[in-house]
Amino acid sequence: MTPDINPFILLFASIFTSNILLANFLGMCSFISISKDIKSSNGLGMAVTVVLTLTAVINWAILNYLLIPMNLLYLRYIVFIIVIAATVQILEMVIDRVSPGLYMSLGIFLPLITVNCAILGVALFIEIRNYNLIQTLFYSFGSGLGWWLAIMALAAIQKKLQKSPVPAGLEGPGITLITIGFMAMAFVGFSGMLNVQ
Amino acid sequence: MNEISPSEILKNNVWHNNPVFVQILGICSTLAVTNNLTNTFIMTVALIFVAALTNVTVSLLKSLIPRKVRMIVQTLIIAFYVIIVDILLRAYMPEVSKSLGPYVGLIITNCIIMGRAEAFAQANGPLLSFWDGVTSGLGYMWVLMIIASIRELLGFGTLFGIPVLPEFFTRWTIMVMAPSAFFLLGTFLWIVKSIMLKKGAAK
Repeated sequence: MTPDINPFILLFASIFTSNILLANFLGMCSFISISKDIKSSNGLGMAVTVVLTLTAVINWAILNYLLIPMNLLYLRYIVFIIVIAATVQILEMVIDRVSPGLYMSLGIFLPLITVNCAILGVALFIEIRNYNLIQTLFYSFGSGLGWWLAIMALAAIQKKLQKSPVPAGLEGPGITLITIGFMAMAFVGFSGMLNVQ
Repeated sequence: MNEISPSEILKNNVWHNNPVFVQILGICSTLAVTNNLTNTFIMTVALIFVAALTNVTVSLLKSLIPRKVRMIVQTLIIAFYVIIVDILLRAYMPEVSKSLGPYVGLIITNCIIMGRAEAFAQANGPLLSFWDGVTSGLGYMWVLMIIASIRELLGFGTLFGIPVLPEFFTRWTIMVMAPSAFFLLGTFLWIVKSIMLKKGAAK
């Protein structure tokens, strides 16, 4: 029962109207701790987009060709998390071999991705919503882009915030969360355009 | 190694070192369910269950797990308990399970559980670890329950699904949407941090 949604609408929706971070709260931990620095945010956003798209497609294939035919659906959490951890590990080794420069800049962020809830969350959303392969590809890629966009925007705002007077009790995560709240409101504004579940 | 007393663990996990407002951990998946008290309650109970049992298991197995693969082993232990929770919810509360959707599975990536397993259970006995898991879960629970009650009260006019506010009260739809969760948690952090700063200054 694949829902009949145009993949491009799905792509747009996953970036803006149902942004994985601002509407579904996924990937918050690293989002709050990394977003103080634009360069790191960019690196992490790129890494998340790549890993998200890769693992979503692999997990989709395993789910549809292995777990469902063999009636092992209850194992999906374990399988998904192993796929994610393994993909991150392999990617780490490949990048180290192919491009040491990129490895140096991504190095610390790659292991962090394993525990980024956005990656597992997208895999689970895809399972619940019964997307087909093309939809999976567009949805996961869009979610990655949406996450990247959100963290870059927050990093840019944080740069301004560093020079602004903030009440002592609100400093740090408090003001960050309120800033994210305003961003989320702006993104909610897109939701009148289309609604995709 | 000097042992910490259980009451100290309780105080630490519920206030001084609270996983939500001091360590800013694990707010990812559960913020999404705080627009409804029932869901929040079940999610946090599930989290306490998983955190406590994971801590016990990690504590019992700590000498058997090679250091290099301990992260993946811990993740698998967590995933094992989350599967149990998922199956129980499906069997006994199918409606709640449906409305929580993927967020039950996302307990796996809740950083609090992994963090406590890594920081506490690796170094302490199973009983203390169990207590540590329960109390950090409680520290998480009370914060989220407060946020959830504000959101549900103002957003739907109900508490635990029971109508509380009078009929003429206009529901604040924003409260059940995503941004309000951020605003409320941010404000909550502000209040708590101010209290902590004041106490620190008084000392």
